[in-house]
Amino acid sequence: MKGPEIAPRTMMKGNEALAEGALRGGCRFYFGYPITPQNELLEYMAVHLPRCGGVFLQTESELAAISMVYGVASTGRRAMTSSSSPGISLMQEGISYLASAELPCLIVNITRGSPGLGRITPAQSDYFQAVKGGGHGDYRLIVLAPVGVQEMADFACEAFELAERYRAPVMILGDGIVGQMMEPVRLPCPVDPGETPVARWAVGEWSRPRARRNLVLSAPLTDPELRQMNLDLQEKYHRIAQAETRYEAYRTEDAEMVIVAFGIAARLSMEAVDSLRDQGVRAGLLRPITLWPFPSRALEDLSGRVLGFLVVEMNEGQMVEDVCACSLGRAPVGFLGGGGGFVPTPAQIAKRALSMLGGVPA
Amino acid sequence: MRLVKGRPRCLTGAGFLYCPGCHHGIVLRLVAETIDELGIAAKAVMVTSIGCSVRCWTNLDIDACQGAHGRGLAVATGIKRASPGSVVFTYQGDGDLAAIGMAETLHAAARGEAVTVIFVNNAVFGATGGQMAPTTLLGMKTSTYPEGRDARHTGYPIRVAELLASLEGVTYSARVAVNSPARVREASRAVRKAFLAQMDKEGFGIVEVLSACPVNLKLSPVEALKWIDDAMIPCFPLGVFQER
Ligand code: SF4
Repeated sequence: MKGPEIAPRTMMKGNEALAEGALRGGCRFYFGYPITPQNELLEYMAVHLPRCGGVFLQTESELAAISMVYGVASTGRRAMTSSSSPGISLMQEGISYLASAELPCLIVNITRGSPGLGRITPAQSDYFQAVKGGGHGDYRLIVLAPVGVQEMADFACEAFELAERYRAPVMILGDGIVGQMMEPVRLPCPVDPGETPVARWAVGEWSRPRARRNLVLSAPLTDPELRQMNLDLQEKYHRIAQAETRYEAYRTEDAEMVIVAFGIAARLSMEAVDSLRDQGVRAGLLRPITLWPFPSRALEDLSGRVLGFLVVEMNEGQMVEDVCACSLGRAPVGFLGGGGGFVPTPAQIAKRALSMLGGVPA
Repeated sequence: MRLVKGRPRCLTGAGFLYCPGCHHGIVLRLVAETIDELGIAAKAVMVTSIGCSVRCWTNLDIDACQGAHGRGLAVATGIKRASPGSVVFTYQGDGDLAAIGMAETLHAAARGEAVTVIFVNNAVFGATGGQMAPTTLLGMKTSTYPEGRDARHTGYPIRVAELLASLEGVTYSARVAVNSPARVREASRAVRKAFLAQMDKEGFGIVEVLSACPVNLKLSPVEALKWIDDAMIPCFPLGVFQER
């Protein structure tokens, strides 16, 4: 199979960088249904996947797309889909099945704002849906939140490794800004999917010959087996939480006020931290990179010594609940956010942080 | 004594988990015999979903993948695209294929996916306790329409074999029944053709099998055989509707 043709360092839109990153990560199967603001991703795959010897298919619905991903994943090949909030809601059925059948794949959600149809304004209102299960049952997704175009490419590439290591679906959760903005990006080295090892559990002819049949099942036949399956899943999530929790701590070493934000809100908060530091306030930023597993430990550690946390999100307050739980009541937790397209400015963030410290009224 | 037919090699030997008089066992046996005859056990992948058909993986000794209710043909599409050397087939009931999964069914057929569909039509939702299906006959009593299906309220039964035959992507479409020995032999030929449509012609093949669900019809197994002749076949005529 031919590899990607794009130069290693180039100027790209976030959605395209993600698509290119996935290709370089060995993804050769893409199934999706158009929805703004992620269409560049689908269109990029439509052009480039066939050139790499892969399969692009525009499906009749999101339900079909995620089920096709399920089919490819059950053969042990690297498959992905992408969508935006309402489309991801439709995919939840398939995502729950992928989690239960322990199939690796990449799911991208470039979110819209608000429940229902929403609009294409930047928002982070799918945090709960992404990290608390989303579909039915008792499962988790590994959820990565890129802060810019570089991470869109890097995370897409890495997602397949993570997914295969744990036989679990991985989600990249971004908003319209990271999807649409252009930045220079250094593209990851391509992986040749022909060289990835054959999954021993996979169905399909390519993984033959082998002595026994392989079964990809979403549920076993008996109650004790079902109980065991659930225990095994929880044990796996525990291992993932131990090994894969990722976050970025920016100027937190001596911080008395720590802003907690992810994705584009974290990028804006970073500027707020710098401006607070210029004003003599010891501010820092803790940015969860994996929204699940959540960096609870890092927050717990900070809660013992900071004067407060300020959670900044582009929704009505979702991650703030997790930060409250981690602060163990030892530090006050403030919130700045809003749904439906609210994008906080660094000045607003700094002002809110100052007011929490008793500096200026909010 | 000469052995005419033994147990198909690709049956696991596990007991069938179906009610007495149910035709799933016959249909699965026909599929198993076909897989043996075509010598494809090592590359066959069965896609199961939900309903009474879900447990077929316990009986057929081949690779299997369990998708969500109705999504069988989307899952099969993914498997076949990723592993074109496999012989991929779905084993679906009428609620699965014609109600919740109609979109996936129609679009896989329209795309001409090189997969095979074994469609077991017993005019009712079996596993959930006998509710109305898209294939329920007019006037037929079900647990959700105890007075009988009324076209003014719930519309008309869907004839899947004819509907799919109208799509250019479909290479083979037939309807058979398994309520007599002669019909079982006919059904066996149709199952084989539906597999050959995939293997030789790289096309979409479907066999709709009229089948009895004595438990939900509240008929004895023998009465259910007659019910297929008297009630089902007039609505769902047997025959080959597409063969390219
Ligand atoms: S409920 Fe009907 S279809 Fe299901 S196993 Fe019993 S007889 Fe067969």
